[in-house]
Amino acid sequence: MTTARFTETEYEGPLLEVTDLKTSFHTDVGVVRAVDGVSLTLERGKTLGIVGESGSGKTVLSRSIMNLLPRFGLEREGSVKFEGKEIIELPPRQMRNFWGAQMSMIFQDPMTSLNPVMKIGKQITESIRQHLDVTREYSSDLAVSLMESVRIPEPKVRLGEYPHQLSGGMRQRVCIAVALAAGPKLLFADEPTTALDVTVQAQVLDVIAKEQSERFMAMILVTHDLGVVAGRTEEILVMYAGRVVEQAPTSVLFTDMKMPYTEALLASIPKLDEHSHTRLATIPGRPPDLSHPPPGCKFAPRCRYVQDRCLEEEPPLQAGDASGHQYRCWFPVGTPAGQEALARNERDGRVPAAATAAAAAGGA
Amino acid sequence: MQNELLRLIARRLVQLAIVLIVVSFFTFALIRLLPGDPTQTIIPFGRGPFFEHARARLRSDLGLSKGFFAQYWDYLTKLVRLNFGHQYSSGRSVGTLVKQSLPVSLELMIYAQIISLAIAIPLGVLAAYRAGTRTDSVINTTAFGALALPNFVLALLLSFFVGAQLKWLPTGGYAPGWLDPIFNGSVHMDLGQHLRYMVLPAFSLAVGQIAVYMRLLRTDMIATLQENFITLAKAKGLSNARILWRHALRPSSITLLTAAGLSVGTLIGAAVVVEVIFTVPGMGLKIVQAINAREYVELQSYIVIIAVLFVLVNFLVDFLYAVVDPRIRRARAA
Repeated sequence: MTTARFTETEYEGPLLEVTDLKTSFHTDVGVVRAVDGVSLTLERGKTLGIVGESGSGKTVLSRSIMNLLPRFGLEREGSVKFEGKEIIELPPRQMRNFWGAQMSMIFQDPMTSLNPVMKIGKQITESIRQHLDVTREYSSDLAVSLMESVRIPEPKVRLGEYPHQLSGGMRQRVCIAVALAAGPKLLFADEPTTALDVTVQAQVLDVIAKEQSERFMAMILVTHDLGVVAGRTEEILVMYAGRVVEQAPTSVLFTDMKMPYTEALLASIPKLDEHSHTRLATIPGRPPDLSHPPPGCKFAPRCRYVQDRCLEEEPPLQAGDASGHQYRCWFPVGTPAGQEALARNERDGRVPAAATAAAAAGGA
Repeated sequence: MQNELLRLIARRLVQLAIVLIVVSFFTFALIRLLPGDPTQTIIPFGRGPFFEHARARLRSDLGLSKGFFAQYWDYLTKLVRLNFGHQYSSGRSVGTLVKQSLPVSLELMIYAQIISLAIAIPLGVLAAYRAGTRTDSVINTTAFGALALPNFVLALLLSFFVGAQLKWLPTGGYAPGWLDPIFNGSVHMDLGQHLRYMVLPAFSLAVGQIAVYMRLLRTDMIATLQENFITLAKAKGLSNARILWRHALRPSSITLLTAAGLSVGTLIGAAVVVEVIFTVPGMGLKIVQAINAREYVELQSYIVIIAVLFVLVNFLVDFLYAVVDPRIRRARAA
């Protein structure tokens, strides 16, 4: 496998095709459906953003695609095709040829994702030597140039240092270098900047973007922050309660969003032109318990547009006006039906169940 | 870095000195509190002025007529010059006895630690990797069985079956090994014979530790295997063996290291029993003999030596922490 990938004829279709992927965990409280029927397609060199709150299943989705989840009590169904090859059923022994070499991952917290007792150089070269048949010296030269490439100053010195000697931003760059070491075709960036200072977030994202374009690598950027994906992705997938609730090319999503959840997510980003001390917009309540999800639309209990139908019947994923736009809503934002639903709720004083619960809790 | 190290060593030596003073004081005091008069032991029979006079002279020769603290001071100043005094009964130098028996016990304990760690570490790693499966419960049950087996029972069983019945290994005795010549120049070592004598006693000592070490490593290892850096190692495409041994073992071994250091105390206690059963002429056997013969001077020397040994081993463990975890090196320096 290590050498085969250079001689293999390039597969013409999409790099990654996920069809109706379901991932559930069997736990003491019941079956948790963390990912429930997600489909997506990713072309070479493109970037897909996956957006959602904590607990929306976005991290599980990316790990499920990579088959990196702990196997205990895990159940995966559906299809994951990488370069046309079905990989969902592959045992770890065979997945090892994909991990690192074909697809790799950057994790959320650089403080805990590097081995604290192993030198940085070793952690990078280890990945190189696992997949490429190169000498120790060559792999260490490669590590130095990788570290230069992700803009780590004095890479030769850093090679011999331990993770605790580096700042968070530097550690995340090391994680990027580790992820890129064996030249993967697909990179999962799972909240790569969430644990970092705001000042270094943009730098780290820029480094990832630079590497991605230089290597013509596809990327799945997982985040809770629509602001992060706005300028960096071709397509965005919004997840809620383990499902795709809206999916659209990035420009379409920001100009013509249909799903009230997407709207609420966007509204919850603080804006620079607001006065100071403006109350931050929040989404009341929390994502549903995935072991006992409510009937109907999963977002209904927190939705400003909620109607009786939403609580009973789950909307299917339907196509929007623009090509590639899909959403899951009975009363979509910006449509007459949606306007009417919102106006009716405002007139009747109907607010989402979660909001009243939150208000009651706040008042008590 | 050099300076930090020297400062650390200096601080440790001060601690060692304090421990030595405290331990020597208490053993000294304890033995002085015991009823009876050493001169009665040395000159056990005889009445009348002649014997009384002889005892009085002996008392002043031994320094027993001085005050308590003056006696302690005498004892301490001799102790730091490694003058351990003499046996009452034979007049033999305790220092010579220590030189003969200490290397034997040290070797025995080192072998026991090596055996128990060599068995416990792979089992602990395997049990953690297969946590919750049949393999895990089989390992656990076996280890607890071994823990429940008292070392003297195991020692007797091994001595009887392996030694007396199968005649594979000697049932008792000793041949000098690699440490003895360092203490006694004249002794010649015969490593093959030495190891043949040491297998059964060392194994008897080791078995009780295996379950403890295995369980500690398993628990820490299970926690480490949940860490993000293990998922990252997996995402690199590394083999399970490499993840377990190169990534997970080192960060999981701090508790094990602590336990291994502290278990020196347990091992010394167990060595007393095992050395008697296998007639290994180590300090354990000497301690039993000293107790039976009421050789207080000899006994208190052994106790002080064991205390010093215990402190030194744990001193070493502190250095090993820094070897295992570079973050501790940093914390030290700060």
